[in-house]
Amino acid sequence: MDFSLSEEQKLFQKTIREFCERELKPISDKIDKEEYFPWELYKKMGKMGLMGMTVPQEYGGAGIDRVSYMIALEEISRVCGSTGLTIEAHNSLGIGHIYEHGSEEQRKKYLPRLTSGEAFASWALTEPNAGSDAASIQTTAVLDGDEWVINGTKQFITSGDIAEVVTVMAKTDKTKGAKGISAFIVEKDTPGFKVGQLEDKLGLRGSHTAELIFEDCRIPKENLLGEKNMGFIGAMNILDRGRTAIGAMSVGIARGALEECIEYAKQRQQFGRPISKFQAVQWKIVNMATEIDAARLLVYRAAYLEDQNVRFTKEASMAKLFASEMAMRATREAIQIFGGYGYTREYPVERYFRDIKLCEIGEGTSEVQRMVIAKQIGL
Amino acid sequence: MNIIVCAKQVVDVSEMKIDPNTKKPILDGVPQKISDIDKNAMEEALKIKEKHGGKITVLTVGPSDAKERVKELLAMGADEGVIVTPPEKHDYYVVTSLLAEAIKKIGNYDIVLCGEASIDLFSGQVGPRLAGLLNIPQITYAQKIDAEKDKVIADRDMGDKAVTVESSYPVVITVTKEINEPRLPSLMQILAAANKPINEWNGDSLASGLTSIVDTVELKGVSMERKNIVFKDDIDESVKQLVESLVKEGLLR
Repeated sequence: MDFSLSEEQKLFQKTIREFCERELKPISDKIDKEEYFPWELYKKMGKMGLMGMTVPQEYGGAGIDRVSYMIALEEISRVCGSTGLTIEAHNSLGIGHIYEHGSEEQRKKYLPRLTSGEAFASWALTEPNAGSDAASIQTTAVLDGDEWVINGTKQFITSGDIAEVVTVMAKTDKTKGAKGISAFIVEKDTPGFKVGQLEDKLGLRGSHTAELIFEDCRIPKENLLGEKNMGFIGAMNILDRGRTAIGAMSVGIARGALEECIEYAKQRQQFGRPISKFQAVQWKIVNMATEIDAARLLVYRAAYLEDQNVRFTKEASMAKLFASEMAMRATREAIQIFGGYGYTREYPVERYFRDIKLCEIGEGTSEVQRMVIAKQIGL
Repeated sequence: MNIIVCAKQVVDVSEMKIDPNTKKPILDGVPQKISDIDKNAMEEALKIKEKHGGKITVLTVGPSDAKERVKELLAMGADEGVIVTPPEKHDYYVVTSLLAEAIKKIGNYDIVLCGEASIDLFSGQVGPRLAGLLNIPQITYAQKIDAEKDKVIADRDMGDKAVTVESSYPVVITVTKEINEPRLPSLMQILAAANKPINEWNGDSLASGLTSIVDTVELKGVSMERKNIVFKDDIDESVKQLVESLVKEGLLR
């Protein structure tokens, strides 16, 4: 058993950390407060290889392993949760589905632009009446000659408004549940496809969340992604991968909060000494540090299993469940350590607190993760 | 244009702590890195290569675990690495002698680039000593380099002014931190660096019998004590008192 990172993984970590300090940290406050979307930054991230991390280089990706991908997500989210989610949704879901389930033609057609940072990919499963019960989606796709005709509304779609390519899950056989769903590639500007309202959110305010509306939206027959009626199974596979990634994002946000707390506790003087000398404060910070390590190990284990091509559904759910709930606790304690200052927008810990809440909801709520784990352990 | 970049592996001084009792630096478990200004030298080498083509060799005198650090420079764009392992005790004389011998062995070079000094000991001796040993011109503290086909023009940072000089090749140039911002490698470049060659040469086989001239007797942190004087009176009075005490200390005239 070896817990150490490889030479390359250490260098990825160091490089991405430096990149984030240099390019992302100076604007992270603006991204949150002004809902600023840094297009130029994503182009730079494309050049760094961050826009198609695990996609092989023949499709323009960086071709790194899944553990390295988690390292990258932790580093990005440590500095800015909004950017962390934008990168995660693009890599894990948008690009992930096309790479994992797309044909060679589809991969070649779409991936190079998406991995370069020129364009975003998005992924649309959730609907107003189908959240945790994802198989109950009502969007339909009907084959009419050489075209699929899509009708329905998707909700809470990360980067849905800015994406050039959206993977859309739709019912292709109404008589069946999960086994009557297929995935489709829909390009921006296709007639009948429009962006509805953008969500005004608690946190991750620099990440776009859109409603997507399909009204007799006609796409070519060859835009079916994967096999017909196998889309839901594909989507669940993509979500398993995404869950590990949300775990990594959670670890990153919690670590950002932890580092702020250590620095602040050493500076802040009360009763004639730094508050870091009080056991009450030390224990809070120690708990944060310990739980962050535990969560990171769960994330790395799930990613390691992905790299080994063995089943990782349970491990991915455990990583996401523990890491997101851990980070919620950690960011809450971070505000407590900062006291009154922590409650203000002058310090970043309130941002971490608002940002992390999504990680307990998106890509499967904590309750859904517990359902998945319960099934996996034979309950 | 063939360029040799001399880079030193140093402890990350920002992570280093001083033992409060012995005042000695605690070096155990402190991460190592490439000395910051050597990365500026690397960046400058890359810019020259982009303009003229050629090959960049990274040269370091250090333990074989420096490989991991040399890889970072290979990822940035160097073509090849050379690590020379020194004898256990080595001062500037030994290190620069080994660098000079290694440079002669690499041969066929136009520019040797170094940082103006390393961030750990900051002696600034390596560049000038190398030029002496190789018997070639040197340009130190370069804040701007313009490499032309048969000569190089550089601005030397002289504090409040800059002096423009030119030299033929081959030449040793040391650069300042202000000369550029070192690029970060992409993930693809980091992966590709694994396939670039790193040669390990034994110091003894390059130059045997080298012994240090300077003996380091002790390495100690300097303790800094603050006077902790707070002027709390009304602002005009406080300013007056502050200025008076600074004059008294001889810090203001």
